[in-house]
Amino acid sequence: MSSVRVLVGTRKGAFVLSADGKRERWEVSGPHFAGWEIFHVKGSPVDPNRLYASQSTGWHGQVMQRSNDGGQTWEPVGNKFIYGGVAGTHQWYDGTPHPWEFKRVWHLEPSLTDPDTVYAGVEDAALFRSDDGGTTWQELCGLRRHGSGPRWQPGGGGMCLHTILLDPSNLNRIFVAISAAGAFRSDDGGETWQPINRGLNSPFLPDPKAEIGHCVHRIAMHPSRPDVLFMQKHWDVMRSDDAGDSWREVSGDLPTDFGFAIDVHAHEPETVYVVPIKSDSEHYPLDGKLRVYRSRTGGNEWEPLTNGLPQSDCYVNVLRDAMAVDSLDSCGLYFGTTGGQVYASADAGDHWSAIVRDLPAVLSVEVQTLA
Amino acid sequence: MVRVVLPAHLRTLARAEAEVRLEVEGQVTQRSVLDALEARYPMLSGTLRDHVTQKRRAFVRFFACEQDLSHESPDEPLPLPVASGAEPLLVVGAIAGGRIS
Repeated sequence: MSSVRVLVGTRKGAFVLSADGKRERWEVSGPHFAGWEIFHVKGSPVDPNRLYASQSTGWHGQVMQRSNDGGQTWEPVGNKFIYGGVAGTHQWYDGTPHPWEFKRVWHLEPSLTDPDTVYAGVEDAALFRSDDGGTTWQELCGLRRHGSGPRWQPGGGGMCLHTILLDPSNLNRIFVAISAAGAFRSDDGGETWQPINRGLNSPFLPDPKAEIGHCVHRIAMHPSRPDVLFMQKHWDVMRSDDAGDSWREVSGDLPTDFGFAIDVHAHEPETVYVVPIKSDSEHYPLDGKLRVYRSRTGGNEWEPLTNGLPQSDCYVNVLRDAMAVDSLDSCGLYFGTTGGQVYASADAGDHWSAIVRDLPAVLSVEVQTLA
Repeated sequence: MVRVVLPAHLRTLARAEAEVRLEVEGQVTQRSVLDALEARYPMLSGTLRDHVTQKRRAFVRFFACEQDLSHESPDEPLPLPVASGAEPLLVVGAIAGGRIS
């Protein structure tokens, strides 16, 4: 029988939540790496027992972990992230040049074809790749050396490369997103990059339609239609039908279009999920009601999903990497909150229940669908 | 034999006891002790000092013999009681906290 494994990164460790295909009874394992911040844990699509985890603290910096048995045991691997060539400068919050400095790994994206190959999105924004299971890391320098690099600026959470999407139909195509530089695409396996931000509108910029500088929070793709991308920007939910060459707003009737997380139904490429957050100064749901919004029309028309979610006095946030879908016949949807809850729906969002309620603040949620 | 006391996070990472004992070749300095520590526990590389610059991480402190040695040169000889093993070198996570932002 199929089963699922939910990989949860929190401010104080990682947790593995497991259930059979019914997704009713859960086993909780953890905390792994107790006391450390776990920004992300993700499994290889080629070998689901191969997991990678990003572990860090302000005291001791970055550590990378690898598991070969689905998270039962872990081993530290390489944590040496050295920018290629002269590191150079980007802009600081005040607009002055600031040296590129490695701080942490935000996101891990294992290769679609090789369990030993994994990409890492880091702060200060850059993309690294390991081809030896995380032992050594090499920067894909073409991204940071894009001519706009010296003009990139950090968002409120730091200048992080937080989204990496690999195109299953074209292994040379990679999408990344950086706060607050915007979205970029490579069509040659990461050698060269182009910004893909046409159509984005960011009123906080001197030129709201500038080529770079947009605070993209997250991009999602359905693997069957890799040219269709959905984006949760700082404000605005956006859609592209041409692999990012152009974007149009699909916020439609959302009560607020600020937010962080966005994802696509596993079997319905036009069904999209977001969690609206009140504003950039108030990072919690509108009216204290935790609502996932679903569009079955690829955007613009949204419906609130509330059954099983708190509808009063709820002031948590759902961070950009904290939502995931499984690929069981009835698509499961999962998200974690800064209040330590991980909510699951086994019916595409119609009904929700909390798997756990009292974890440390959740930074990331991934799910593996296991045979 | 030099004794080094590790903070809790690094004990669990290295799967080591609170106090580790190291053979240190040549003069006993911060650098030679950390070199020996990282040789024994490679997973600690980068957690105490920067991989490239070798500068101490901002929230890591080195105490011994009731002195704060954090700002000493990494090539300065450590106090004799540390070199002899009579006193441990304490690696301490600064109580100021671990978050820069």
